[in-house]
Amino acid sequence: MKPELKCFLECSNRDLTRVRRWGLAIALLTFSSCQGEQSALAPAGRGSEQIAELWWWMVSGATVIWLIVTGLLLYAIYGHPPENRRQAGMLIIGGGVVVPTVVLAVLLTFGLSLLPDLVAPAPNDALEIHVTGEQWWWRNHYTHFPSIGTAETTEPIAVANEIHLPVGEVVEFRLTSADVIHAFWIPALGGKVDMIPGRTNRLRLEPTRTGVFRGVCAEYCGASHALMAFVVVVEEKHEFEEWLRRQAMPAQTPISALAKRGRDVFQSYGCGACHTVRGTSADGVVGPDLTHVGGRQSLAAGTLVCEPSNLQRWLKHPDVIKPDVLMPAFDMLPNEDLEALAAYLDGLE
Amino acid sequence: MGQNADSFENRPHEIGPLPEEPPQELQQDQEERLLKAWATPTGWRYWSAVNNSEVGLWYTVSAFVFFLFGGVLALLMRTQLAFPKSEFLTADQYNQIFTMHGSVMMFLFAVPIFEAFSIFILPEMLGARDLPFPRLSAYGFWSFLIGGTFLCGSIFFGAAPKGGWFMYPPLSTDYQPGIGGDIWLLGLTFIEIASIAAAVEIIVGVLKTRPPGMRINLIPLYTWYILVVAVMILFAFPPLIAGDILLEVERAFDWPFFDATRGGDPLLWQHLFWIFGHPEVYIVFLPSIALVAMIVPTFARRPMVGYSWVVLAAVGTGFLSFALWVHHMFTTGLPGISLGLFSAASEAVAIPTGVQIFCFIATLMAGRVRKSAAMLFVIGGLITFVIGGLTGVMVALAPFDFQAHDTFFVVGHLHYVLIGGTLFPIIAGFYYFFPLATNKQLSERLGKWAFWIMLVGFNVTFFPMHFSGLLGMPRRVFTYPAGLGIDTLNLISTVGAYILALGIGVFLWDVVRPKSKQPVAERNLWGAGTLEWLARMPGMPWGTRSIPEIDGRYPLWDQPNIVRDVDQGRFFLPDAEEGLRETLVTTVIDARPIQCLRVPGPTWLTMWAAIFTGGFFILATFHWWGPAMVSGVLALGMIGCWLWTGTAMLPEKDEKDVGLGLTLPLYQSGPASVGWWAMFITMLGDITAFVSLVFGYFFYWTSREDFPPQPSMGPGVFWPMVAGGLLLSAWFLTILSRYWNRRDRTVRFYTATSVAAGLALLGTLALLAGPYRTGMDPTLHVYPATVWILVIWTALHTTVGFAMQLYCIARRLTGRMTAEHDIDISNVMLYWHFTALTIFMTVAVIAGFPLLI
Repeated sequence: MKPELKCFLECSNRDLTRVRRWGLAIALLTFSSCQGEQSALAPAGRGSEQIAELWWWMVSGATVIWLIVTGLLLYAIYGHPPENRRQAGMLIIGGGVVVPTVVLAVLLTFGLSLLPDLVAPAPNDALEIHVTGEQWWWRNHYTHFPSIGTAETTEPIAVANEIHLPVGEVVEFRLTSADVIHAFWIPALGGKVDMIPGRTNRLRLEPTRTGVFRGVCAEYCGASHALMAFVVVVEEKHEFEEWLRRQAMPAQTPISALAKRGRDVFQSYGCGACHTVRGTSADGVVGPDLTHVGGRQSLAAGTLVCEPSNLQRWLKHPDVIKPDVLMPAFDMLPNEDLEALAAYLDGLE
Repeated sequence: MGQNADSFENRPHEIGPLPEEPPQELQQDQEERLLKAWATPTGWRYWSAVNNSEVGLWYTVSAFVFFLFGGVLALLMRTQLAFPKSEFLTADQYNQIFTMHGSVMMFLFAVPIFEAFSIFILPEMLGARDLPFPRLSAYGFWSFLIGGTFLCGSIFFGAAPKGGWFMYPPLSTDYQPGIGGDIWLLGLTFIEIASIAAAVEIIVGVLKTRPPGMRINLIPLYTWYILVVAVMILFAFPPLIAGDILLEVERAFDWPFFDATRGGDPLLWQHLFWIFGHPEVYIVFLPSIALVAMIVPTFARRPMVGYSWVVLAAVGTGFLSFALWVHHMFTTGLPGISLGLFSAASEAVAIPTGVQIFCFIATLMAGRVRKSAAMLFVIGGLITFVIGGLTGVMVALAPFDFQAHDTFFVVGHLHYVLIGGTLFPIIAGFYYFFPLATNKQLSERLGKWAFWIMLVGFNVTFFPMHFSGLLGMPRRVFTYPAGLGIDTLNLISTVGAYILALGIGVFLWDVVRPKSKQPVAERNLWGAGTLEWLARMPGMPWGTRSIPEIDGRYPLWDQPNIVRDVDQGRFFLPDAEEGLRETLVTTVIDARPIQCLRVPGPTWLTMWAAIFTGGFFILATFHWWGPAMVSGVLALGMIGCWLWTGTAMLPEKDEKDVGLGLTLPLYQSGPASVGWWAMFITMLGDITAFVSLVFGYFFYWTSREDFPPQPSMGPGVFWPMVAGGLLLSAWFLTILSRYWNRRDRTVRFYTATSVAAGLALLGTLALLAGPYRTGMDPTLHVYPATVWILVIWTALHTTVGFAMQLYCIARRLTGRMTAEHDIDISNVMLYWHFTALTIFMTVAVIAGFPLLI
């Protein structure tokens, strides 16, 4: 009960309109849960806040309309109303034409007024992130980051399966796909946009509170579509800048003997043919960039918690965890090598 | 009654029933002859029947069996999703199952069951003896059964399609190389063709085989709706067939229509799919509302209030439904203006829907409602559907759709629409119409049980999905992690699914339980007012004893003694003097009788034609080209044999007395004949598919900068122009050959037709020469692929046109076509009119358009 209570309090602190507060309360009572890291109803971005508000208005209106129509229908059957032809005509014209036209006009005006804001491109100096959907992970590049202010790098910074965003700033995503159609969706921050091979779509998001959220692929993209997620960390600007700076740096050199051995295993088994670890000879671009894999919260695109035991499981049988995954299984490796490899990767923070 | 008054008062009762009862002996003789002509074959020959009551029944039962199959798949999915990280199914199994669930429910249940049921009921509703092309219905049914069984069977071999029922490329082209995608494409194209065949049958049936006097404003509402739906099928399915062709050609021969690296665009498939897919929603929904529109007046014991409003609303919904497809693509990165326009258009469809619902409410208010299981399902269906409609209004709004799209919210929404709007009315229809099919009534008590269990189960299943969707659960996931707040919701949904299944089980038991001890239902047991309830209990194979003259919308309520008059044969065609199956053909608007149509009886030809057509598609799936070709040739042979022996038959006399002093011709050609209409309607669908391919050409032009590529890769101007000249001359000569045939100028007819055939053949070769001589390689880039596909499409049409010309020569040589009896050549001319349009557009696009830019 405790975390839910805390969550509820957090939610209540937000500047909610009455209708949203009411709606959230109902949602809480109904599901006694407010984890909300992947919920469009626990918004943490400007877009999702507006859409959630639209939803609560619509669901209230829909409930009223449904009650009236159902009431009329049941009254018509069980109420034995007196026959009245004029009334019938008025019912058809009023209920079928006039009322829907008015209601829909109001709804369209209100709903579509949100649209320009949601689809507008971000300002030129906004943070820009290129995301490429691949079966079944996310290749992210931070390409335009004026807010850092330091010129340590102008190269795009490669990250995989994790996105950090500064709170309160507009971010522009450029979305495309390397293979099939995917869709990029962080419910807590805003709507989704498809990632289509041969096209680049834009998405503008603006996180309004800090926290750890979850994004997923929303377009069916093959066997492991359900296992294509990513972690979104919304943090204060200085934390974000610190994180990005770290991401721009080359990989850490292993210190412990085990990790050093892991590095050798990594090289001798040709992992570098597919993966990049910046600062080493590994420069493959088939799979995710592993330069800072140990610092990520999740492994295998939001499927496992990133820790040595999971790394071992993943290296041994990735296809068991993620059906049809491209990464080959390394179950032929002796356990000591696996352990070393996991230690090495875990140390790449 | 009431609002019908003005519509039939100004109609003079020109023709009434015979004033005197015909002598008993004559009546008996007539009945014997009718019975003999319409007798259903017995024993194993039963399956050669083509009559609408048999074919319609088999068709309905098959579609319902496919529904149960789709339902079992749904239960498997819900079982997998009951708990997070469940390992009941593998990802691969789940993906096959959800793909099959959607495909089966849409293509093997929702669309076919209405065509099936309409084949069964339309003639009864129209007081006709059969639909105009019983063999076409039979062919459609066998095709459907073979294709459907093939598609469903694939899952038992783990070879089922797994690209989703929407089959988006490039997932379905380059990333799923297995056979599943081909099974989906070829199996469904085959079924889609069967659907279009049924649509042609239904449209011609409604337009041309209504009873005398049933003017267009007196047509029963079900018939109106089904006409609208059949027309929608005619225009909605061809774009999908065009898309299927492109997708299969890409899969089989690597032509890059949807491959972005070679100039293609995966979004073209989405447009073609949803230009079909959205009307599809109304194609399955409107017929259910049509059932409601029949059931409500019967149980309210009052004619429908606002008949014209309902008809206008149905037609309006049909039109609007073609302007909404983009709302399935709101998240593909379209410009804001498109989002706004299609949001508004999508919302607008709520208005005609609202009109229909309020017409039902007004009718129920005006009457004293008699309660029954059928009525319960109607009420439950409407109440449920309204929820689906309201959530539909929400997702039609682009900003909300950005969040809801591709989540369980949409799963909830669409099942509220399809189960509330479609399944519940279908079950209501079962309870209502069951006696007409089996002479026995379903149990009202079991019906009530089934209703309440289903209503509860349905809501428990699908209501929570709205929330699991908004809490972040995407669609088409085989698993989900724990702790996102969707665990409980999913468990509830799964429990609900089993309750729903139990309810359907109760209903199923009611349908299949032995009823031999149950008395035969009484005639017109609900006291309905429309013609199908003229049926005697137990039913007779002849449809209607005599074809009545109609003065109102509810003849059984409006016209005193109509049952007696029909039964005693006081109306039209009370006899089958020649022992042949006959029905009346009337004019499209006023339903004046113009022909006594002989309809064909039982045959095995249609079944074999379907088996070989199926063989062609199935063998092609496995790339066994040789056997596929053999099967295809056999199918063409069967169809040729069927056309040769069963269509455009010369009657033994010109005219026939159909009773009540009316003499009608037995042979009609041109627009007065049903065959001309069937050809016209088929070609409308055909040209729609062609226009969809042309749409593809221009879509690439707008979406890709390198289309058409510069410098031009071909096909040049010379060969297309030569082809255009030759083929349009062939068309012109075909017009002349009909003209000379009419005037009995035999030599000129033969000369014109032979020269036309020769020109058609040469023109076809010249057309193919264009891209061939300029060396266009269709696997290189989407541009040559698109040119080739337009050329091949046109070449196939001119080749068929060539075969038709030879057919006409052969018909005339063997005396099966004469100067007066010229259905063959006039239909071939009509075919060539459309083909000429196709030729012109192809040449203009492939040769002319590159010059313009």
